[in-house]
Amino acid sequence: MTENVKPSSLASVAAANANRSPGKHALGTGLEARSVHAWFGKNHVLADVSLDFAAGTVTALIGPSGCGKSTFIRTLNRMHEFIPTAAMAGEVLLDGRDIYASGVDVTKIRLKIGMVFQKPNPFPSMTIGENVLSGLKLAQLKQSNKEELMEECLVRAGLWNEVKDRLDAHGGSLSGGQQQRLCIARSLAVNPQVLLMDEPCSALDPGSTLRIEETIRELSETMTVIIVTHNMQQAARISDYTAFFLADGHPGMMIESGPTSEIFSNPKDKRTENYVTGRFG
Amino acid sequence: MTLAEEKQITAPTPRVITTKPRTSDKIFRAVIFTGALSSLVILAAIAIFLGLRGFEILAREGLSFITGYEWYSSINSDGTAGEDPSVYGIGAMLIGTIITALIAVAIGVPISIAAALYLNFYAPNAIRGFLVGVIDLMAAFPSILFGLWGFNVLMPSGEYWAKLLHKYLGWIPLFDVSTPFFSRSPFIAGLVLAIMIIPIVTSIAREVFSQTPLDRIQAAYALGATKWTMIRAVVLPFGYSGVVGGAMLGLGRAMGETVAVFTVLNIIFQANFQILLGAGGNVASLIILKFGEASAEEIKALMAAGLMLFLLTLVVNMLADLLVSRTVKQGR
Repeated sequence: MTENVKPSSLASVAAANANRSPGKHALGTGLEARSVHAWFGKNHVLADVSLDFAAGTVTALIGPSGCGKSTFIRTLNRMHEFIPTAAMAGEVLLDGRDIYASGVDVTKIRLKIGMVFQKPNPFPSMTIGENVLSGLKLAQLKQSNKEELMEECLVRAGLWNEVKDRLDAHGGSLSGGQQQRLCIARSLAVNPQVLLMDEPCSALDPGSTLRIEETIRELSETMTVIIVTHNMQQAARISDYTAFFLADGHPGMMIESGPTSEIFSNPKDKRTENYVTGRFG
Repeated sequence: MTLAEEKQITAPTPRVITTKPRTSDKIFRAVIFTGALSSLVILAAIAIFLGLRGFEILAREGLSFITGYEWYSSINSDGTAGEDPSVYGIGAMLIGTIITALIAVAIGVPISIAAALYLNFYAPNAIRGFLVGVIDLMAAFPSILFGLWGFNVLMPSGEYWAKLLHKYLGWIPLFDVSTPFFSRSPFIAGLVLAIMIIPIVTSIAREVFSQTPLDRIQAAYALGATKWTMIRAVVLPFGYSGVVGGAMLGLGRAMGETVAVFTVLNIIFQANFQILLGAGGNVASLIILKFGEASAEEIKALMAAGLMLFLLTLVVNMLADLLVSRTVKQGR
């Protein structure tokens, strides 16, 4: 996807993106990963990743397939542990507190750290409106003005105008791009501090991708966004910070992280440079 | 102007595409077709057999064979006819069959769903393997043993529960009894049947629930769901139609079960909707009850009764299919 993109153009996209001022209404003090390791059975898939995600920023995780990006993002809201035999080490701090500490209510953690998946997965038995508000029911939260919240979330996800006349239709009746924005709206309804996105645009056409990128930029004013992407252009367009992961026969590791403009224009590590310029991966 | 008109394309007639199967494929096809056909042939043969044997009685009794409550054979055991004409009506038996089967489903299906959810989502691996084995064993358990156990062990406690139900919920007509006789009631037969259908319904429900798409489960958890709220929002809507199908299979089995019901049910030839009262009916049990000492004519009546039971299960299964195909779109 990046072969025909000159590195200089990516760098200029990233530079243009760097001019915006993020984090005005940021909630909390962000998310920190400290020496995170992950295993599947005996297979050590992720080694020693430490990364800070400042509140109100967008961080892109890039790297070739199998480098542990998705595994890493799933350790950040404790979705990792759903896979049998999965194990982890290290700490993930939300507002300075370890989300893996004993006595932590994992359902509350996932409320604060929302997630959007690669494949759009609205609940097909629910209507569009019910999908948006499903988090309230699932987390057993009380909400008085549900109509208002539903509209607000759909507006923020950039879907309101397309669905406002058919909120009673089933979630599955939407196109793939609309479904993914519905999933974003669904995550917003429980008001997370952090939103994790695991290749949210990989199954979508360019138009839908653009809409979702706009959505992400708007969201970053009120929350911390961490996005896994294979699309270098996308990372350059929407992120404030970029972290490059690589496995290379060993457990996946983070090779380099920094402001997106620097990663794309002036990477410190040769491997990062090779990757962002499209020489491999 | 369409694109085709613009380019002046006229639509040709579609080609007929044929494939010539190999001989080995033809042989294999014939073998598996025979297998598929055999169940149909056997079923049809049974239906025809029952129909031919029972036709005489069905023709004589007409509709009153299924609406009448009286079963009286005037032929004595020595073959001489008695004074009164024979009357054959299985209305009470049909009603009883449906009632006991419904009781079994009402009790057995919720237990099966609970068991399936526990096994799929809560049980630790070691316990799951053990319990699944036990449930499979239960499915293969001879039904006479269920009947004996039901008669000797379940009935005394079943009577006690029936008395409790009558005492506190007796104002509901269903739980009222005209005489305080609680032994060998449809309720107790339903309890035994419930236990017998639990294995099959549980394993179907377990299979259906385990097919729930992982991405939906994860989506629910990522929204802060607890296990229970996830199950309610994702697993149950997804599994609904499959569980309905499983329940219907259970209903079919409960209607056709013979020996266990025969052991615990007091068969009386009158329509009884008081499920706690020790008076019930059951077509399959009727056949066992009368078969040994039946005259040639009564045997024909029993064949006709068998045909009715066959048709009843057929109708239930067709209804189940209808129900499942109607609900299958939702939640999938």
